[in-house]
Amino acid sequence: MGDFTMPSLGADMAAGTLVEWLKRPGEKVHRGDIVAVVETEKGAIEIEIFEDGTLEKLIVQPGTKVPVGTVLATVSGGAVSAVRPAPPPVAKPVAAAPPIVRPEPAAPIQPGVRASPAARRLAQERGVDLAALSGSGPQGAIVEVDVLAAASARPAPIAKPREAVPDMAPMRRAIAAAMARAKREIPHYYLQHSIDLGAAQAWLEGYNAGKPAAERLLPGALLVKAVALALRDYPEFNGFFGPEGFAPSAAIHAGIAIAIRGGGLAAPAIHNTADLPLADLMDRMRDLVTRVRRGGFRSSEIRDPTVTVSSLGERGVDMLLPVIYPPQVAIVGFGTPSLRPWIVDGRIEPRLIVMATLGADHRVSDGHRGALFLRAIANLLQSPEMLE
Amino acid sequence: MTREELRAIFIEEIGNIAPEADTASLAGNEDLREALDMDSMDIFNLVVAISQRLKIDIPDADVPQLVTLDSGIAYLVDHGA
Repeated sequence: MGDFTMPSLGADMAAGTLVEWLKRPGEKVHRGDIVAVVETEKGAIEIEIFEDGTLEKLIVQPGTKVPVGTVLATVSGGAVSAVRPAPPPVAKPVAAAPPIVRPEPAAPIQPGVRASPAARRLAQERGVDLAALSGSGPQGAIVEVDVLAAASARPAPIAKPREAVPDMAPMRRAIAAAMARAKREIPHYYLQHSIDLGAAQAWLEGYNAGKPAAERLLPGALLVKAVALALRDYPEFNGFFGPEGFAPSAAIHAGIAIAIRGGGLAAPAIHNTADLPLADLMDRMRDLVTRVRRGGFRSSEIRDPTVTVSSLGERGVDMLLPVIYPPQVAIVGFGTPSLRPWIVDGRIEPRLIVMATLGADHRVSDGHRGALFLRAIANLLQSPEMLE
Repeated sequence: MTREELRAIFIEEIGNIAPEADTASLAGNEDLREALDMDSMDIFNLVVAISQRLKIDIPDADVPQLVTLDSGIAYLVDHGA
């Protein structure tokens, strides 16, 4: 018998609210199945299970906030439960469990709780119960206008006293906690390197030409792949710094920093980034951006990044000096690529240049290795066909 | 398809990508990226959605024409949508 517990989805997370069960008692579960939805400072997260077995008893009811580590449900072991029939519907656990109307396993969050991050923020500010709303967004997602409509239908809340502490949105608090810890504990050092994207751009144009829109690539996918591949030779930038010191990670799961419109940031993982063909990586990045902005990413995506890539995209500035996400030990930043006068074979030419930066943990690595790592990323981008 | 129909489709697909977007107050000549804080991934997804829905090919080089409502609708009309 194993326990399915409230996971820690970040060093700063103390508790989470169980929003919904997606599996019923007696149902077989497999490693990776989404079993429950939990509301945290980072929004609604789909929680996966990490063992095969049968869900026995749901202990925590939806709507309950519990500390990290609290047993949410019990799971019986795979060998036994695989052949054991599901408990009859009259069994106690079922009677005690909340009614679950949707039969499909691993279905997305039900419409009643699917909400965009901005809607969640607004709902919290205005004291609106999301579960009572129906969404007008994509796939029934609750969006800001739904919350506004609900808020305006009620009498205005009593104004807070002026001296009250500003009500920072939970996601802002989570970012503040993680970044304050990073600045307090991690002795950052920074390196920057200008990378010529001419070859990558030319290769990308050739790759995209004649392809349907859905099969094309964005430059960001090449940047992420180059970082992931370079990490294979620079393990001191990939892993976690814990109480026992640095533990390099054999797997490379790049966290992708994704801005949320209206404020906020998440950097969930794309698993096994270096092993993914570019086309697959691009699909995963699209999927991840879409889910982060609508609300609805998975526990493993929050917990697993072994390194982070933060790219400003086309409307940013030349360079960023990124802050490491603890307990990671490195973060690679890319500024906005722009045409610059560049010396090529003794002549000045306009070239597309991106400023790459590395923020790394001096407890684990030094500038010399960091410089070699950034140069390795630059070299890979000069041979874009190797990234495919 | 009429301009009004194309406009409705355009706005619906923007709403699917940026549910928070206030598309009602979006001016026809406003840059979606600036007005709605859409990034290159959002524009990419918009182009994919529109090209699949209207069954037209939108080459990469033409994507800049889809960053405002007016130019986007004009482009779709010109390309037989």
